[in-house]
Amino acid sequence: MKILVALKQVPDTETKVKVAADGKSLDPADVKWITSTYDEYALEEALRLKESKGAEVTVVSLGGDSVKDVLRNALALGADAAVLLKSDASDPLAVATALAAYAKDKGFDLIFAGNKGMGGDNASVGPMLAELLGIAQANVVVKFEVTDAGFRAEREIEGGTEVVEGALPAVITAQKGLNEPRYASLKGIMAAKKKTIEEVEATAPAGATAVIALVLPAARPEGRKLDGDAAAQAAALLNALKDEAKVF
Amino acid sequence: MAGAYATFKHMTDYMGFEGLLSDEEKMVREAARDFVNAEVLPIIEKHAQDQTFPAHLIPMMGDLGFYGPSLPEEYGCAGLSSVAYGLLMYELERGDSGLRSFASVQGSLVMWPIYEYGSEAQKRHWLPLMAKGEKIGCFGLTEPDFGSNPGGMLTKAVKEPGGKWRINGTKMWITNGTVADVAVVWAQTEDGIRGFLVEKGTKGFSAPETHGKWSLRASVTSELILEDVIVDEEQSLLPNVKGLKGPLGCLTQARYGIAWGALGAADASYQCALDYALSRIQFDKPIASYQLQQEKLAWMVTELTKGQLLALQLGRMKDAKTYTPAQVSMAKMNNVNVSLEICRKARTILGANGILDEYPVMRHMANLESVYTYEGTHDMHTLIIGQEVTGIPAYR
Ligand SMILES: Cc1cc2nc3c(=O)[nH]c(=O)nc-3n(C[C@H](O)[C@H](O)[C@H](O)COP(=O)(O)OP(=O)(O)OC[C@H]3O[C@@H](n4cnc5c(N)ncnc54)[C@H](O)[C@@H]3O)c2cc1C
Repeated sequence: MKILVALKQVPDTETKVKVAADGKSLDPADVKWITSTYDEYALEEALRLKESKGAEVTVVSLGGDSVKDVLRNALALGADAAVLLKSDASDPLAVATALAAYAKDKGFDLIFAGNKGMGGDNASVGPMLAELLGIAQANVVVKFEVTDAGFRAEREIEGGTEVVEGALPAVITAQKGLNEPRYASLKGIMAAKKKTIEEVEATAPAGATAVIALVLPAARPEGRKLDGDAAAQAAALLNALKDEAKVF
Repeated sequence: MAGAYATFKHMTDYMGFEGLLSDEEKMVREAARDFVNAEVLPIIEKHAQDQTFPAHLIPMMGDLGFYGPSLPEEYGCAGLSSVAYGLLMYELERGDSGLRSFASVQGSLVMWPIYEYGSEAQKRHWLPLMAKGEKIGCFGLTEPDFGSNPGGMLTKAVKEPGGKWRINGTKMWITNGTVADVAVVWAQTEDGIRGFLVEKGTKGFSAPETHGKWSLRASVTSELILEDVIVDEEQSLLPNVKGLKGPLGCLTQARYGIAWGALGAADASYQCALDYALSRIQFDKPIASYQLQQEKLAWMVTELTKGQLLALQLGRMKDAKTYTPAQVSMAKMNNVNVSLEICRKARTILGANGILDEYPVMRHMANLESVYTYEGTHDMHTLIIGQEVTGIPAYR
């Protein structure tokens, strides 16, 4: 079996986000970059299939040199090969097109990705990729199995679980709960040193959409201290809840 | 709730320290950090309070390759650089000194002497099992009457007919002793001090636990009692070293790791204190805005940074094989000392909260009291440096 896992590098969730001077991108100063969490589930699922059924796992990511960290980490976790698609595309359709151009004709039985990129939350690259390749897809998957006929996946839907079956090849997008990702072992890290990252110029079209502004939420107003004895404070609080917050 | 300050993602890096690391070194540090954040920080306060070692972590750390990681791959180890090993110790001790002590003893004090002084058969047998954490080791050098001066040890091994040795003596303060499957026991022989591998369950050998510690409470400390213990020479005697340089060679390895590790405890305490100082309001302002607290924080981050750079330079020299034991003494002495002081200052910044197990600070502080004393006391390392620069040994 041949498996491709698409990984995205995203800002660490603990980063205190600042908007850059252009008003539409993140200020990269002080940003720590990590693999999007949903992609970690995607990779873990591929690695488990490799261990249980035997598979060759390739990881791919779009971006510049910094993205190599994500790929190297995936190699340390157990991926067999890594490909950097050099591109500054960020629009989901452009990314999906570049991934499809790479994956086409390479005979991947399964393509795993996160159900969305953490932070951006578009949730579109996986589905678009499946459409562009004309293959099956199952999204927001919390349980996955390769069967004789193809695959069986459980998806999280509003208020319940949906079970789907489909044929391979397929794109599967991972959701939290699919598995518990492993830690990189020291031997894995040393082994990754010996693997190389293939670099390919991506064929990404111009984006179908463009980000025109990035705005931080308004700062929280300062708290207010109520004066007086307990009874006076309770009365003031009641008034504030009723007249200002209008909670009842 | 042990998790209040549990998830700091990044190490303190004031002087571009991370920029001096290779990709592989950064990855090792991050892997260890993720492990400590997820598996250690949520449970460690309770283990320290209950005086129990988190034994369920032993196989996990083995799977991740945390034991003897600098030893070669052919014995089941990872073949890491010394700096990567140091960073691993840093992160483990950011969790708890007891955890780092476990890994130090297993890797530097048991696997290392087996690798360096053992026969090929001893290496093939023990190293892969110990790397995985399937077998645990301890290191018996200190005795009730011989601490800083181990050369005077009373434990004695006498050659017996039929390729056997008879060992008698008592060791004290032995980390992992009660839980160890094998003890490296140092004993006087006709030929000077020799090292023996003594397996758990050998007749006449017992390892009762030492209770009542206010420090390293999440680490097992024991006595080793050897009464007419008979061991097989081929299996037990480490053939390739004689004299005090045997145990001292091991200690140099472990001290190197401690010079890194202690800083991890200090980093956790510093970050906790910084965070606390910024959010704790007194007299209508965060206490971080008062000069007295800033002086403490500035001192803490400065010493932490100097310690990092000292450890890194030592690590680079260790990899280049140009370092000396006296240089390791300086790093152990300085880094443990400043780390202990950082924890003490952090404790004061937290006020009353500083004594609670909701914060890691007092646990780290108490732990470092042991670290200050073991592996050569602060004073002994001071005297080693004194000897190095004057040529005069002042400890005799
Ligand atoms: C938690 C813990 C775990 C340990 N684990 C191990 C282990 O796994 N294996 C092992 O073998 N040992 C272990 N030790 C023992 C440790 O290495 C010794 O405690 C240490 O070497 C000091 O010996 P001592 O306690 O006998 O102190 P002493 O040697 O009696 O020293 C007492 C004081 O006198 C000072 N002093 C001693 N000699 C001189 C001198 N010549 N000049 C000036 N001052 C001097 C010392 O600096 C110290 O301040 C452990 C200790 C602890 C606390």
